[in-house]
Amino acid sequence: MSTGTTKLDVVVSDVVPVNDLVTRFHFRRRDGDLLPTFSGGAHVVVEMRDGQRTRLNPYSLMGSPLDTREYTISVRRDDVGRGGSLFMHRNVRPGLEMVISYPVNLFSLDLRAKKHLMLAGGIGITPFMAQTAQLAGEGGNFELHYTCRTASLGTYADVLRERYDRRIRLYHDDREERIDLDRLLSTQPLGTHLYVCGPAGMIGWVRDRAAALGWPAETVHFEHFAAPQPGLPFDVTLAVSGKTIRVGEQQSLLEAIEAAGVDPPYLCRGGVCGQCETNVISYDGKFIHNDHWLSEEDHRSGCKIMPCVSRFEGKSLVLER
Amino acid sequence: MGITFRKETFRDDFTFRNSPEHIRRFPFPFHEDAYMYAVNIEPHVVGPKGSVLENLIDVDEHYVAEMQDRALVLAEDPLRCQSLPHMTLAGWDLLELLMEQQALGYPEHFTLTRDGDRWRWINRPLGIDDTFTFGDTSTLPYGPMEYITRQSQGDFCILDQRDGNLWMDAGMVTTQADWSLDFDIGMNFFEWHAPVPLAHEKGIFTRALKFLTNIQQGKPARRLNWTMTVNPRLDTSPENYHKWGPDRATVTPENVGDKVHLRVELQSFWRLPRSNGIVFPIRCYLIKMDELVTQPKWARRLHRVIRDLPDELANYKGLTRFRPTLVEWLSKLDDGSATSSGFGPD
Ligand code: FES
Repeated sequence: MSTGTTKLDVVVSDVVPVNDLVTRFHFRRRDGDLLPTFSGGAHVVVEMRDGQRTRLNPYSLMGSPLDTREYTISVRRDDVGRGGSLFMHRNVRPGLEMVISYPVNLFSLDLRAKKHLMLAGGIGITPFMAQTAQLAGEGGNFELHYTCRTASLGTYADVLRERYDRRIRLYHDDREERIDLDRLLSTQPLGTHLYVCGPAGMIGWVRDRAAALGWPAETVHFEHFAAPQPGLPFDVTLAVSGKTIRVGEQQSLLEAIEAAGVDPPYLCRGGVCGQCETNVISYDGKFIHNDHWLSEEDHRSGCKIMPCVSRFEGKSLVLER
Repeated sequence: MGITFRKETFRDDFTFRNSPEHIRRFPFPFHEDAYMYAVNIEPHVVGPKGSVLENLIDVDEHYVAEMQDRALVLAEDPLRCQSLPHMTLAGWDLLELLMEQQALGYPEHFTLTRDGDRWRWINRPLGIDDTFTFGDTSTLPYGPMEYITRQSQGDFCILDQRDGNLWMDAGMVTTQADWSLDFDIGMNFFEWHAPVPLAHEKGIFTRALKFLTNIQQGKPARRLNWTMTVNPRLDTSPENYHKWGPDRATVTPENVGDKVHLRVELQSFWRLPRSNGIVFPIRCYLIKMDELVTQPKWARRLHRVIRDLPDELANYKGLTRFRPTLVEWLSKLDDGSATSSGFGPD
């Protein structure tokens, strides 16, 4: 099977600043057709041609799955990140032709749920924009709790309040409003499913409390795409293709492998889907595993690595690619 | 030029036949003179004109007769079609997929017109012309999955994906090779493949599950599977074993060409967009030995494959009882000359 996802040729139809940090991008198909249908929680991988370099970043689709004339994503500017979000903010203008992947959903609703309880932090609101639209259309039972730093950074809070009124609860850090999580989790009707998307710390907190309060793991859903972290450059030998490559400071191992002309599989580029899993043939040094896919035992064994987010420090590393 | 649909039966008097053009398009599953079990999964893309892969959802001369046979099976046993409540959305996904593909591949027989949510579906071979509201089950005579799979050849298993596993939560299964939807419904991937006593087998299933849960929208995959059936029965369900099981003892040197059928399943795997579920259409093709051996390459090759099949495999495929008779009959058509590589006839 060929790697990666099927691609879509799109044109940027609109770029809308939402607040100080977040900008929304609209895409339409270049041939004018409808875009593929998707489900709430799906993401697309956006290809950015940045000079010599191609960046591939995943972003959640935030429009209604019922309307596929266009796709919309929201990008939070990260001034200290590796540059993908800055590229989107600085270089992407209406009329630009871009390539994006077909939608992939790694955060889908469990349609058996009697009620969907959603917890969002910051830009983690985006998948819920599509999920709430999908559920509203089907008369689904949901409730969304959304924490943001300040009212002015409450991306789409006004839109959500307008659309869903009392089903939306807002919490502002600067007003020291905090979700009373234990109370919230212990007063839900049987058959409720919990969804959380936001910073890693928030996801960890919610998962821990849910587990402590007896929520079965299969009713707790979370999405956190780890952005690849910058780090020291390192060299890698790819045994199958017979290449030795250097992974730059700002580059992920996956990007370096792609730049060398090898086409490894991926879906999320954020350490959660398992697609890019690669066997380690030998190594002398230490791994910096940033993924959420491999087990702790896998991490300790040194036999596997997820090249989309993980790095290495040491003398030598040989991978089966 | 449309398809000429045959009037034929898959039970009682067994009038099922393939026309000469259909014999040539049969998806013969052996590309060499031996059969090796392999996970032969490939992308499901359009294949050569005149083959069963010309369209991603194939409609052929048996369409009308197969749909009549399905209606008979369902009248007797409604549990062959089941959908758990949370699978209705996946049913709409499947309805869209099948209507789109059938209308695209066979415009002279099927037409789909959409005006927002108002859809009109014309199925000329079955005399259907319905207008309905997409997403509103009350506007169709059956649930969306049942409605469309009563009009589509092959069995359909719809799987829900959650907790990193797949769950058989809906399906229309009337032409199966000895398994039962009613038994498997609600089970997850490991449960419906149980019992799995050996660790290495578990490894295989874990890999297969990983592959399937990664099936992507816009990138369907497929594989071929085969077995043999005595008499052209579509419905060889465990529920009806008393009807088809004894058939295996009726093969004689005189009737082998007419009774023994190669049964090939084209299984495809698709990600459904709205529900994020996965559907496996399992399309069954039958061909009797008399028809198959009209292609000398297939006759020679099938002889060698069946003759050399390991006993466990022959057993598993249910051919043990009639294998000697079949091999003896086929051997007369094998002059020992070489066969060309590839699946197609010479
Ligand atoms: S691409 Fe998903 S884990 Fe690496």
